Amino acid sequence: MAAAPKRPFRWHIGIFLAPAVLVYTAIMILPLAGTLQLSLFRNIDQSQVFVGLENFRTLFGDPNWSVNFWNALRNNVWFFVIHMLVQNPIGVMLAALLSSPKLRFAAFYRTAIFVPTILSFVIVGFAWKLILSPLWGVAPNLMDLVGLKSLFTPWLGKEEYALTTLSLISVWQFVGIPMMLIYAALLSIPEEVIEAAECDGITGMSQFWKIKLPLILPSIGIISILTFVGNFNAFDLIYTAQGALAGPNYSTDILGTFLYRAFFGFQLQVGDPNMGAAIATMMFLIILGGVCVYLFLVQTRLRRYQF
Amino acid sequence: MSTATRSLPRTIGAHAILLTYTVIALFPVIIVIMNSFKSRAGIFGAPLTPPTPKTFDLIGYTTVIGQGDFIHYFQNSLVVTVASLFFVLLFGAMAAFALSEYRFRGNTMMGLYLALGIMIPIRLGTVAILQLMVASGLVNTLTALILVYTAQGLPLAVFILSEFMKQVSDDLKNAGRIDGLSEYTIFFRLVLPLVRPSMATVAVFTMIPIWNDLWFPLILAPSEETKTVTLGAQLFLGQFVTNWNAILAALSLAIMPVLILYVIFSRQLIRGITSGAVK
Repeated sequence: MAAAPKRPFRWHIGIFLAPAVLVYTAIMILPLAGTLQLSLFRNIDQSQVFVGLENFRTLFGDPNWSVNFWNALRNNVWFFVIHMLVQNPIGVMLAALLSSPKLRFAAFYRTAIFVPTILSFVIVGFAWKLILSPLWGVAPNLMDLVGLKSLFTPWLGKEEYALTTLSLISVWQFVGIPMMLIYAALLSIPEEVIEAAECDGITGMSQFWKIKLPLILPSIGIISILTFVGNFNAFDLIYTAQGALAGPNYSTDILGTFLYRAFFGFQLQVGDPNMGAAIATMMFLIILGGVCVYLFLVQTRLRRYQF
Repeated sequence: MSTATRSLPRTIGAHAILLTYTVIALFPVIIVIMNSFKSRAGIFGAPLTPPTPKTFDLIGYTTVIGQGDFIHYFQNSLVVTVASLFFVLLFGAMAAFALSEYRFRGNTMMGLYLALGIMIPIRLGTVAILQLMVASGLVNTLTALILVYTAQGLPLAVFILSEFMKQVSDDLKNAGRIDGLSEYTIFFRLVLPLVRPSMATVAVFTMIPIWNDLWFPLILAPSEETKTVTLGAQLFLGQFVTNWNAILAALSLAIMPVLILYVIFSRQLIRGITSGAVK
């Protein structure tokens, strides 16, 4: 309720807000700002010297850095494209099937399909590495069952397939999230709307495309932006499955692993916090750009329905 | 009314697709757990069959339990997750209450400020977070992880909880005020118990990424003392690249606790997610 004006200073508001604001500011906002600031400095003779955009010039101009950066960015875009094209449509389809009324075992399917999402990247990365390993032979054996054994290759070890394979593993792990969010959105569509559609003879597939899909578009928008942020921030799966070098031959390198290598160094290269900060700044700008596109271009055009 | 839309082929089709996907989702987990109970010959000879008396072998588990300090890692993970969860829920609920209950100058700005962290991942601040932790001597302590995860979890917690706190009836709170309860009592005694279901939702959203995180334990607390189970498993698996029994057993040991917890709590978890908190 609104407090009456002209009341003495309400200390309790401050006390309620203080812990969250302090922790959040100290551990999240200040370091984020600090990282952005650090990208403008460089360590020369043991002291931090302001160099303006020099680090970014190195990142884009020096072939040692720029080749890796564009490679990581390209791979990251592909990683995102696969998620959008595979994960989200499958998620929507599963949610649509699950939400059909009187479906038996719906709770069982829901629970089972969400299992990979709760597992850690370490488990997922390693389990798939084993399954796809030509040494063990689970994948070739399975493909043999359907007569496709000749198509088997060690996908994670081939430059041309490794990134796509890893993206699909990530899709496998996270398909539960779009499924659940869309499922929740579908359940919240009121019965009357569906009934009205049925009275007009719109059922089955056309009911989904014409009635339900437009109603869940805001949820699909949210899922897209969550996928975007998650993908451009990804690191763990690649690191677990392929190591910090994101092999074979950097073919699975994405911005997260690139940042890790720049920051901590690897093999002969020494870690460079300032270049790390520059890469983090680029990631920040990319994510911010994506969020802004979503907020200002997509979300404002989505029509929301109030029931 | 729904019977009108149901037809037998369509139901069968729906079940076929869902069942296929369920198999895809569970297959890798099942195959890892199944093979962890087999001898080396069994693992390679017949990877797709369940263990038979002939191939049954616990050698992998004995290797893992003999080698790794898994129980200790497990404790670390548990301490970090539970402590972060506690702070996220407490601080998040307090801030959400302040934002949803009182009208004050800067309310909207404060809400937006706190919501910023939902979209911008905390990971991008890692370089400066590490410097901060080095400066304050918190590197290789669980405190560092708890602080980072608390900050990471707060934005979403505040956002979801303030949506729910807006629904708590004003009459109830005003009745409390007339009875002379302080604002703190109103929050802890009246409001908090009423939003308990949404706290469960927030708990789930907060817990899974913390338990599974590899990045911050790797960077802030990689010492033997403070390793979490995710980091421990990662390093452990790296050591045993050729010992398939041990790898499969380690993976199964890492999967099973989470899986058991999930099966026990899946009903609450899914209800939490589908309760509309994230619309």
